[in-house]
Amino acid sequence: MTALAALALALMLVGAAAAAGPPRRVVSVNLCTDQLALMLAAPGQLVSVSRLARDPASSAMAAAAQAVPVNDGRAEEVFLLRPDLVLAGTFSSPATVDMLRRLGIRVERFAPARSLEDIPALIGRMGRLLGREAQAERLIARFRADLAALRAAAPPAASAVSPAAASARTAAGIASGTAPGAASGARRPRAALYHANGYTLGSDTLAGDILAAAGLANVADEAGLRGGGRLPLERLILLAPEVIVRGRDYPGQARAEAPLNHPALRALRGSRIAGPTEDRDWICGTPQVLAAIRSLRAQAAAAATGGEPEG
Amino acid sequence: MRTAAALVALCLALFVLSLVTGPAGAPPGASLAALVRDDGTPLTVVMREIRLPRAILAAMVGASLGLSGAALQGYLRNPLAEPGLIGVSGAAALGAVLAIHTGLSLRFALALPLSALAMAVLAVLLILALAGPRGGSVTLILAGIAVSALAGALTSLVLNLSPNPFAAADIVFWMMGSLADRSFAHVWLALPLMAAGWAMLAGLGRGLDMLTLGEDAAQAMGADPARLRLMLVLGTAASVGAATAVAGAIGFVGLVVPHLLRPLVGARPSALLWASAPGGAALVLAADVAVRVLLPERDLKLGVVMALVGAPLFLHLIHRTRREMP
Repeated sequence: MTALAALALALMLVGAAAAAGPPRRVVSVNLCTDQLALMLAAPGQLVSVSRLARDPASSAMAAAAQAVPVNDGRAEEVFLLRPDLVLAGTFSSPATVDMLRRLGIRVERFAPARSLEDIPALIGRMGRLLGREAQAERLIARFRADLAALRAAAPPAASAVSPAAASARTAAGIASGTAPGAASGARRPRAALYHANGYTLGSDTLAGDILAAAGLANVADEAGLRGGGRLPLERLILLAPEVIVRGRDYPGQARAEAPLNHPALRALRGSRIAGPTEDRDWICGTPQVLAAIRSLRAQAAAAATGGEPEG
Repeated sequence: MRTAAALVALCLALFVLSLVTGPAGAPPGASLAALVRDDGTPLTVVMREIRLPRAILAAMVGASLGLSGAALQGYLRNPLAEPGLIGVSGAAALGAVLAIHTGLSLRFALALPLSALAMAVLAVLLILALAGPRGGSVTLILAGIAVSALAGALTSLVLNLSPNPFAAADIVFWMMGSLADRSFAHVWLALPLMAAGWAMLAGLGRGLDMLTLGEDAAQAMGADPARLRLMLVLGTAASVGAATAVAGAIGFVGLVVPHLLRPLVGARPSALLWASAPGGAALVLAADVAVRVLLPERDLKLGVVMALVGAPLFLHLIHRTRREMP
């Protein structure tokens, strides 16, 4: 007990000594803070990231994470890394966070991004915490410029000027016959995000914002699920979205993923099935979401013209 | 004969009710019209690809469980025998889970019901060996508890070892059963084995009737006990195995149905056997309507509704058994 108290005291002294400058030993225990920290930290500043950061399906920084030791987010192992700053998510285990704080370690918690607008704020906060404001400013500026460029790109339906797309449009007009207002350039194809357990995401979520930025209208809003929720397969079919964006396909089989492969989805005329999506582009508020917007753009354009997506 | 007609009519009515029940909430008339005539709308897709296979599966699964329950009760001369309670459904679920998570069912679709059948055969043989030919209530229930517990634990183990983060949540499905989001693929997967099982069980009536007079009398009347036993084991395992492989383990159907029908058709096993098939179909159809009416947005498990109905009856039967045999 005394040994632990002495250790805690020693650690507090270290913490106090380091308080003047930026943190020197940073440990991240959350996939999203892992990626932001990997983008911004100075060499050697980040001493450990969570195990998921190395999973290429979940993390956009998987390659960079190979060079950093991984942790499983348990208080014991994090404490033994002697961090002066721990980065966690607001959904990280409260018991772990409380334990680390009791031991005198500074823990900063990041809420998940709920929209594209949250992303610059998250980058800015990470930059300030790590003492890397200049790098953060550059990352924010690049993100804003890229996003603006994507948004400025002509809306999908109006951009169909290539001969291939034009011929595809006529073909689709005959085939589907269900494209009201296809002639007007501003038409936003209706789309649904569909994940395991029949879970969908509405406009008040980061994924919903990605969908909107790609020029798609979200049918989850029509179903009253702006924040997301369970959408039974029957109701999804009756909403008849033009694009159904399937969520990530995990290894192994689970009945929760059965709705994603149900024959009814293929039987729905006038709907195209996109995806499976990659978690690394979708779940964390980092500039990587631009990749998700770009790949959805192709689907949106194809849905608007009725042709095959280019990407 | 009147009971038969009434049971079939009840099944048909519940089948139609099942077709017009669902979270989509379309008017019944329009739904049935969209089922019959393909009008190119999404409603036709819902009716033909989601509701129709679901209702057909409910009837098939119910008939299998009802028939197996009546056959087991007739053979063991014990009203407590039921595929769910004696562990046959649980073992079949283990077989199905093994086929799915070893990847066998991806290479060969019929591996799913066949693996469930194999484990169900093992369970029935184990139960018959443990409970003995007379099928004493206490030994039967104890053996059932042991087999169920072992199968349930192994099912949980296999699902927890899966790399899929959602697999562990499937434990509830395999133990409680559900028909949500099933398709015609599941109907075609289950039908061949189920039909074989039904044929084997349906032929047991005469033999079971003779068995009510005792084994020696039955043998004197020309019954073949070995063949009867083989048909019972294979028929129960095939129908319960195929049902469990596509719908999970749904308990109490085989217990409740013969109990409800006994006052209507009499206690003769052969009469009870044929009546339990439409009876079971009606019960599962009704339960599957109930889960969608009670909680339309969530996937309430069929086993929950069946246990709410069946468990009190089970307790009542145990109480009565104890009174009769102190």
